[in-house]
Amino acid sequence: MNRGLVVFSAVGSVIVLFLVFPLVLLLFLSGGGLAEFIGDSEAINAILLSFHSGVVASLIVVLFGTPLSYVLSRWRSRFVRVVQGLIEIPLALPHSVAGIMVLLAYNSRAPVGSVLSRFGLVVEDSYWGIVFVMVFVSAPIFVSSVKAGFDMVDVELENVARTLGASLTQVFLRVSLPLVYKHILAGFILCLARAISEVGAVMVVAYYPKVAATLVIERFLGYGLGAALSLSGVLVIISLVIFAALRLILAEE
Amino acid sequence: MGPVLVLDGVCKDFGVFRLVDISLSVDKDEYFVVLGPSGAGKTLLLQVIAGIIRPDKGRVFIEGTDVTELPPEERSVGYVPQNYALFPHLNVFENIAFGLRIRRLRDSKVRRRVKDISEALGIGDLLYRSPRTLSGGEAQRVALARALVLEPRVVLLDEPLSAVDPVLRWELRDYLRRVHREFGGVFVHVTHDFSEALALASRIAVLNRGVVEQVGAPWEVFSRPRSVFVAWFTRAGNIFRGVAEPIGSGLSRVRVDGLSFVVSGVYRGRVAVSFRPEFVVVSKDRLVSSARNEVEGIVCDFIDEGALILLEVDCSGLLIKAYITKSSFNEMNIKRGDRVYLYVKASQIHVIT
Repeated sequence: MNRGLVVFSAVGSVIVLFLVFPLVLLLFLSGGGLAEFIGDSEAINAILLSFHSGVVASLIVVLFGTPLSYVLSRWRSRFVRVVQGLIEIPLALPHSVAGIMVLLAYNSRAPVGSVLSRFGLVVEDSYWGIVFVMVFVSAPIFVSSVKAGFDMVDVELENVARTLGASLTQVFLRVSLPLVYKHILAGFILCLARAISEVGAVMVVAYYPKVAATLVIERFLGYGLGAALSLSGVLVIISLVIFAALRLILAEE
Repeated sequence: MGPVLVLDGVCKDFGVFRLVDISLSVDKDEYFVVLGPSGAGKTLLLQVIAGIIRPDKGRVFIEGTDVTELPPEERSVGYVPQNYALFPHLNVFENIAFGLRIRRLRDSKVRRRVKDISEALGIGDLLYRSPRTLSGGEAQRVALARALVLEPRVVLLDEPLSAVDPVLRWELRDYLRRVHREFGGVFVHVTHDFSEALALASRIAVLNRGVVEQVGAPWEVFSRPRSVFVAWFTRAGNIFRGVAEPIGSGLSRVRVDGLSFVVSGVYRGRVAVSFRPEFVVVSKDRLVSSARNEVEGIVCDFIDEGALILLEVDCSGLLIKAYITKSSFNEMNIKRGDRVYLYVKASQIHVIT
């Protein structure tokens, strides 16, 4: 290693230690509680609910976010820049505020929410409330990740495909999409990770049914640190698996 | 039969790049080269022909049909961009087959046509390779095959030789000429390299800042530039501004600083004269010559360009360039500071009004 980097490494390692120490400590302390977790049906159900709603929310984001990312990448105008700025707002909001915004806009007595509720999409204390919140907080991450992918696709590939007879839709499906599938996959995983880690906004909109993150808060507030340890340990392991998968996908590229 | 490709008053303002009132026509089997410096609008012109960019004004006709409003997929135009743009997720076979599959041809037919074109272009052994593993020359051949397999009415080539090293460039230039001869059709090739244009073109259009400055046969553009820019860009070498006056017998005299040149034709007022270094005869002694222009000067520099030496001669403050062969250079034992006489025929000095 370059000697000049030694000083930088020494300073930077403070951050590494600061981040890794709690992770290792939690895994170490929660290790004994893992056996106890297997019999904890409330915790298992909460994790399953987190994953189910997280996957559904992420699929919704992929379905609507992929075409949006493509438009944001290809259509260069002031209007598009404004749209991009708007959809990134949830990233900067306090999570509880994000929850209040979702509740305000889509509760079953609000104009849009009342229409949605006719199709069974009621958000207050419901499964769909959790999904709505997850979509709200994770969509910006997916869109910026996939837009970066489309930005990397040479526009000349699309131009050539058009001259070879492909329509705009065929170009998207046969050229652009296959070239960004890794970004879509990575975006999906990031989206899922963000969705299942959300707690503040979910608690505002749908305390019940309880997702894993809500249950951790409830146990901590009700019974103390020790009671939240085993579930926290399992969530950390799941998060590590998700991020390992993400790194693998990106490393292949 | 009329021209295959016609551009009629095409205008496009695309920020830094623009096209100003471009009117061109390209006939059947012509190899048409658009020559111009970077930023002249060459790629923009190709993209307007391909339908990738819609012009602000003007019309584009292909085989008599107005295609201005048609999308690229309905124009029957083959496009080979500067970086060849091979689809990285498809192998060479599927790259070439792309357009055929879009047209939903039967698999057996796709295989036959890909095989035929790849054999014709000498890339039969590359079919199952990934584009990432191809050299610049191989990638260019694959990109050409992908365009030609659809038998387009017009093939557009965007600086096809700029991404390869100089040795390969010569080889590919000959290859392009052979492909055009064998496949026929209209090729529109844009480049900034005049020697490339000279070697390939049936006709050349010189584009500068979005304006076509001259269209003509290569030799015509080479020896009769219509503007100072064309003269400079086609490396006329000697371009001087001066004042002309007729001197009778169909000749004029152009005064340039302390020198004067006799030129063919009747001119008056401010003009520019241009003559190529290869038209200048160099001698260490005064010659009795039919050339009407004799200029005395001092050799101030010379550049070895292989078979030829480019002399720079200071003639009363005017720097005149002249080519001589290496053997003449050695025989005459020319050194910096030597006095030489330069001779140029009146008919070989081109006047730009």
